[in-house]
Amino acid sequence: MIATPQRPQVTIDGNEAAASVAFRCSEVIAIYPITPSSTMGELSDEWAARGRKNLWGQLPRVIEMQSEGGAAGACHGALQAGSLTTTFTASQGLLLMIPNMYKIAGELTPFAMHVSARTLATHALSIFGDHSDVMACRQTGFAMLASASVQEAHDMAAIAHAATLKSRVPFLHFFDGFRTSHEVSKIQMLTDDDLRMMIDEQQVAAMRDRALNPDHPVIRGTAQNPDTFFQAREACNRFYDACPQIVQEEMNRLASLTGRQYHLFDYIGDPEAERVIVIMGSGGETVEETVNYLNRLGEKVGVVKVRLYRPFFAKAFIDALPSTVRSIAVLDRTKEPGAGGEPLYLDVVNAMWEHGYANRPCAQPLVIGGRYGLSSKEFTPAMVKAVFDELARPEPKMHFTVGIVDDVTHLSLKVDESFNIERDDVFRAVFFGLGADGTVGANKNSIKIIGEETDNYAQGYFVYDSKKSGAMTISHLRFGPRPIKSPYLIGEGQANFVACHQWTFIDRFEMVKYARPGGTVLLNAPFGPDEVWEQLPREVQQTIIDRKLRLFVIDAYKVARDSGMGGRINTVMQTCFFGISGVLDREDAIARIKNSIEKTYGRKGREIVERNFAAVDHSLAHLHEVKVPATVAGDRVMVPIVPDKAPDFIKRVSGVMLAGKGDLLPVSAFPVDGTWPLSSSQWEKRNLAAEIPVWEPDLCIQCNKCAMVCPHAAIRAKVYDPAKLDGAPSTFKSIDYKAADLRGNKYTIQVAPEDCTGCTLCVEVCPAKDKAQPKRKALNMAPQPPIRESERDNFDFFLSLPEIDRTRVRLDVKGSQLLQPLFEFSGACSGCGETPYVKLMTQLFGDRMLVANATGCSSIYGGNLPTTPYCTNVDGRGPAWANSLFEDNAEFGLGLRLGVDALRARAELLLKGLAAQIGQNLVDELLAETCDDEAAIQKQRERIVALRQKLAEIDAPEARLLSQLADYLVRKSVWIVGGDGWAYDIGYGGLDHVLASGADVNVLVLDTEVYSNTGGQQSKSTPLAAAAKFAAAGKGTPKKDLGLMAISYGNVYVARVALGAKDVHTVKAFLEAESYRGPSLIIAYAHCIAHGYDLARGLDQQKLAVDTGYWPLYRFDPRLLAQGKPAMQLDSPAPKADLAEYMRNETRFRMVERTNKQRFDELTELAREQIKSRIELYQRLASGAAVDGKA
Amino acid sequence: MEMTTNYLGLTLKHPFMPGASPLADDLDTVRRLEDAGAAAIVMHSLFEEQIAGERLASIYHMELYAHAHAEALSYFPEPDEHRFGRHEYLDHIRKLKKSVDIPVIASLNGTTPGGWTDYARLIEEAGADALELNVYHVATNPQESSADVEQRMIETAELVCKAVSIPVAVKLSPFFTSLPNVVARLDEVGARGVVLFNRFYQPDIDIVELETKPVLRFSDSAELLLRLRWLAILSRKVRADLACSGGVHTPEDAIKALMAGACTVQVVSSLMRNGIEHLTKLIEGVKQWMTEHEYRSLRQLRGSMSQSHCPDPQAFERANYMRTLHSWRRAEGVVV
Repeated sequence: MIATPQRPQVTIDGNEAAASVAFRCSEVIAIYPITPSSTMGELSDEWAARGRKNLWGQLPRVIEMQSEGGAAGACHGALQAGSLTTTFTASQGLLLMIPNMYKIAGELTPFAMHVSARTLATHALSIFGDHSDVMACRQTGFAMLASASVQEAHDMAAIAHAATLKSRVPFLHFFDGFRTSHEVSKIQMLTDDDLRMMIDEQQVAAMRDRALNPDHPVIRGTAQNPDTFFQAREACNRFYDACPQIVQEEMNRLASLTGRQYHLFDYIGDPEAERVIVIMGSGGETVEETVNYLNRLGEKVGVVKVRLYRPFFAKAFIDALPSTVRSIAVLDRTKEPGAGGEPLYLDVVNAMWEHGYANRPCAQPLVIGGRYGLSSKEFTPAMVKAVFDELARPEPKMHFTVGIVDDVTHLSLKVDESFNIERDDVFRAVFFGLGADGTVGANKNSIKIIGEETDNYAQGYFVYDSKKSGAMTISHLRFGPRPIKSPYLIGEGQANFVACHQWTFIDRFEMVKYARPGGTVLLNAPFGPDEVWEQLPREVQQTIIDRKLRLFVIDAYKVARDSGMGGRINTVMQTCFFGISGVLDREDAIARIKNSIEKTYGRKGREIVERNFAAVDHSLAHLHEVKVPATVAGDRVMVPIVPDKAPDFIKRVSGVMLAGKGDLLPVSAFPVDGTWPLSSSQWEKRNLAAEIPVWEPDLCIQCNKCAMVCPHAAIRAKVYDPAKLDGAPSTFKSIDYKAADLRGNKYTIQVAPEDCTGCTLCVEVCPAKDKAQPKRKALNMAPQPPIRESERDNFDFFLSLPEIDRTRVRLDVKGSQLLQPLFEFSGACSGCGETPYVKLMTQLFGDRMLVANATGCSSIYGGNLPTTPYCTNVDGRGPAWANSLFEDNAEFGLGLRLGVDALRARAELLLKGLAAQIGQNLVDELLAETCDDEAAIQKQRERIVALRQKLAEIDAPEARLLSQLADYLVRKSVWIVGGDGWAYDIGYGGLDHVLASGADVNVLVLDTEVYSNTGGQQSKSTPLAAAAKFAAAGKGTPKKDLGLMAISYGNVYVARVALGAKDVHTVKAFLEAESYRGPSLIIAYAHCIAHGYDLARGLDQQKLAVDTGYWPLYRFDPRLLAQGKPAMQLDSPAPKADLAEYMRNETRFRMVERTNKQRFDELTELAREQIKSRIELYQRLASGAAVDGKA
Repeated sequence: MEMTTNYLGLTLKHPFMPGASPLADDLDTVRRLEDAGAAAIVMHSLFEEQIAGERLASIYHMELYAHAHAEALSYFPEPDEHRFGRHEYLDHIRKLKKSVDIPVIASLNGTTPGGWTDYARLIEEAGADALELNVYHVATNPQESSADVEQRMIETAELVCKAVSIPVAVKLSPFFTSLPNVVARLDEVGARGVVLFNRFYQPDIDIVELETKPVLRFSDSAELLLRLRWLAILSRKVRADLACSGGVHTPEDAIKALMAGACTVQVVSSLMRNGIEHLTKLIEGVKQWMTEHEYRSLRQLRGSMSQSHCPDPQAFERANYMRTLHSWRRAEGVVV
């Protein structure tokens, strides 16, 4: 091995490892964000913005496209123009690239792309990792190179970029999404000189020579016919034949530079192994580690790690395999239903068939195939052992799964969970934190300290839950003297150190079970060392006693507050970790933490450095060891995750998932087709809010604005008969309802104490103040714990009160909030700006609506299991919701409309056919009813009841069919919901087509002006001067006016709304849009965490957006034309405040002002001018000026 | 007319300059002010508290949601450089120095001893000709004595004066029990000037919404009287150069301030209300008045009506109150 001290050792994740090489080897980088690959594109953009150069001293051009399809097209073009090009993607994004991949390969174009392999959406979407996406590309003609670790993601990236130039075969380099892309590990970086040794300049020149160039032109992309296509397609064969050897040469070159030798197929294990596993990706590391362990025990086992999967060089595979092998298990991280086996298995079988039987001393080896690790399912040494055990059986399963319990088709292998190969020289630590408390950031920092400043190796992997607010994070850290090859989580009973950073977790999750005997537990608790013991659940105490754990406690929030850190406990807990774990010398560790703080925050200002230093200094003084008693004490016990009264499915399935034990659920527990019941979020009591609103009836003016703005449907209003108050809890509040229309009734505003996230928007919006003490409103925040139980009872009672008769409600702001929300307690961010619109939509139309939801935040808080916020009313009706994909949502929604209309048409036909038996009057009424309001809908439902009664008496198959379809005679409301990334970018083509179709669909665009779900990348909705990823210097082009584009059709209802600015306008727009029997588009302003300010101010900011002209409100209703009026109604007054007032409140704009004031000023001025001209245009439209001659 | 005056060791062609305000924020405006004849320019204050708050808020908003969700490890691009208010401010000093020839006086409001001195040094490095300390304290704590507040202010001034070599002025509020004592102590710790007086944002009350609203109204000539009294009392009793700030709207107002002992006259409200050209009118108006009244130089006029030089020194003390009352009654025609 060549020692090159100048080669830096860094701790980075797999995405950065791959991107670092790709960036330096490329001139053009075209990307589109998709989890888990987004980081690669973001880093490239960030590096380019900072002026980092590629190997040739040039700044790569990084461009974000409108979709992965667009990115692939741009790559194809850049390649044809002769530039070194790369891209990064995953999952559905990779699928969108496939058409271009065929082209790029067919044209023998050197190109390396990097994929963090992710699950394809089937019965459900999953953001996690497996090989289903890359396996869908194996027929494209791309070479496929697999990495198994962070170091390999770095090395193989270089090999891919080098080999593609020489072979002319394009390369898809991939590594496991999350497990490798997001694992932080210590690796050795390749220097620019290393990469220059790998990249052959002659081949670069040859590529340029082949480029499209009018100075020596050629044409490509011809159409060929039956006479020639076939032969021409075969002309590429020799390049594929040569490719494996070229890859091996590049692997050898890398070895000569770094000492790290790879082969097309690497065999590890006993040279005379009898049982061998063949595997690709990070699972290979786990198998290797287990093989080494079993070899030490004398077992004759081994593993073949597949590096180059395409072209599959069978001879090299056979050569890698020991001749002694008797049985082979091929593990695939993908599922191909209906196939004879998964792809790698079939390739191995084929290789064995074609090449494997010659010169073999023993009988033909048995080859079996298994699936593992779908959607990042854990793959552990115990599972590897189970596979080897299966291979040792006289009649192993030919096809199996490992890692799950399949109690339906019985394919799964039994796994001995007690099998453990963790070494004692590795320090293992598990940290439980909250997303917002900085735990993950602090742990990444600790890994950097240990990895980069000591000789130790370090590994970190982070598990996040599915929620956006109050998300739990679990950090798994390993440190040790040797490279760490354990790409799996730290198991129960294995951790040397367990930290609970949030006291509220203590009676919900059995965290101490992760601790090994004699290990250390650190608690952040609001109790001192003498009080904390009795506050622990008895089960936790027992584990601490049984395992002889050392217990430490600190009130980290107090230390953080006293140090000026607010609620950020990261530094405090990190200091405590180093203070008691013994990973580093305590004084040394503290110096390194401070050094790291200086590095991180030094350029951001002294204040934050000083405050962090203070937090470090105060931490150890407040850290106490608890003397562990010999017996348990107190009466606190672990609380059940869902109450006993929950429905069976919730208890049996959702509850297990909520407890973090979903891995234990067998196949039989699940619906076979991805269908899940509604109304599940109500059983997930998350108790996130430290403070909740408390209602003061005497001050309340009964405006219902609080319910209107609540993002989580956690504050509600009801009007009800006074008699229903019988049996109310003593603390239940009620007052006479004031409005004339429902006089004589009682009125209550009720908070769901365990579902409220404490965002305070309801208090902010509340207009009712105490005249003697105006700081007291009709809603005031108060600590939740003292009132949790009483308010829980009150909320239960509130729910038991009957819902209002929908036909008696006036559909304005106040009235709409008396309707039951059929979207409640979602996992959206606290203070979310999107969910109030979704909630309102369900209140108005939920009992007869179908929702097509584009992938994004709204599909995650809408449908990320274990629970869904969509729910049903007392009649069992509610939104029928589905997420198809990101790019196709408008078309999917149109399909729902077409389908529903077809069924209604069928019902009408049947109705007419059976008119004589049913009775003509009823049939006529049913057919004539247009369901224009709630009374009409209710009347129609009554007619359908009558119809079914009649049909029951008719003995004809048509009657049974009509009975099934009768509900379609109530007008169904189809909603197409998504964010701006969908509507403005990836889905725009489809959206445009659907709007142009004239179909009766309602499109709701939740416009946060940025890709919120994937982390703040710019979209075409991002406004001028806002910083976003891919627009770090502030977006220099204006926001697309989606509304105006739709208006240009003339027959589309379009509204632009901002609930926080004018709620009455929002309600009106929703009602008008839905009542319009053509396409409707509502563009809704949604404040977002990606805007960078306290969302408690979200409503004020919405108001400012309207007052400054940033977000003009309007409605364009084509129906008005028939009345001789202009279709356009501009609903906000002329701007009365300066745009900068709005912009300066948000970090996204302030970042630009701080980094480049001149640019900010210029862009702001430009934005002012555009606002002016845009409003003038709207005013002209509103005055009746022509739009396409129609308005 | 010889109009030169010395202020903070700077020789100015006349006493008029725009006071600390947003007037200096825009380079074009500053150039127009120079063209209108401004003898110097005072920048708006750099507020340490605001910068620190903004830094913390920015980091808070960027980090709060980071590393919390599997799909998004962050929500903002990581800027290459974090520049907060102070960078903008320091850059602006440099730009002003490049754009105009008149002296640039920076203004600073600190909150911590380290903040005062660090920012003062940075301001000096950026090229400011002098520094005006914007010190104020709104006392809300019944346990805190006036002596404590004053001592803290004097110590701050001393720290800054020691930290920089450019001249330092202190802009004061009128709310001191013994203003001469305070100014004398500022003299001792090295302050070269005092500016009388600071005008503050004052909370107003919205009687319908039941909210407070911060407002800053333009001054008027009536506010000058408070300045005249203290200029007259302090003039020639303290070493510090005196600047009048607040209430000068007409040439006559300015003449009064100068007669009371001001070295310089800072104007803001009158320029905001009447436009930048009003500065020329003030300067020319004073010159014309002096010519008409046969003054030879500013030196002759300056301090002529200070308490030490005026014919009726008692007028600036208690008797002044009585006389005002009498004159008011006469004016109303009421006979008691």
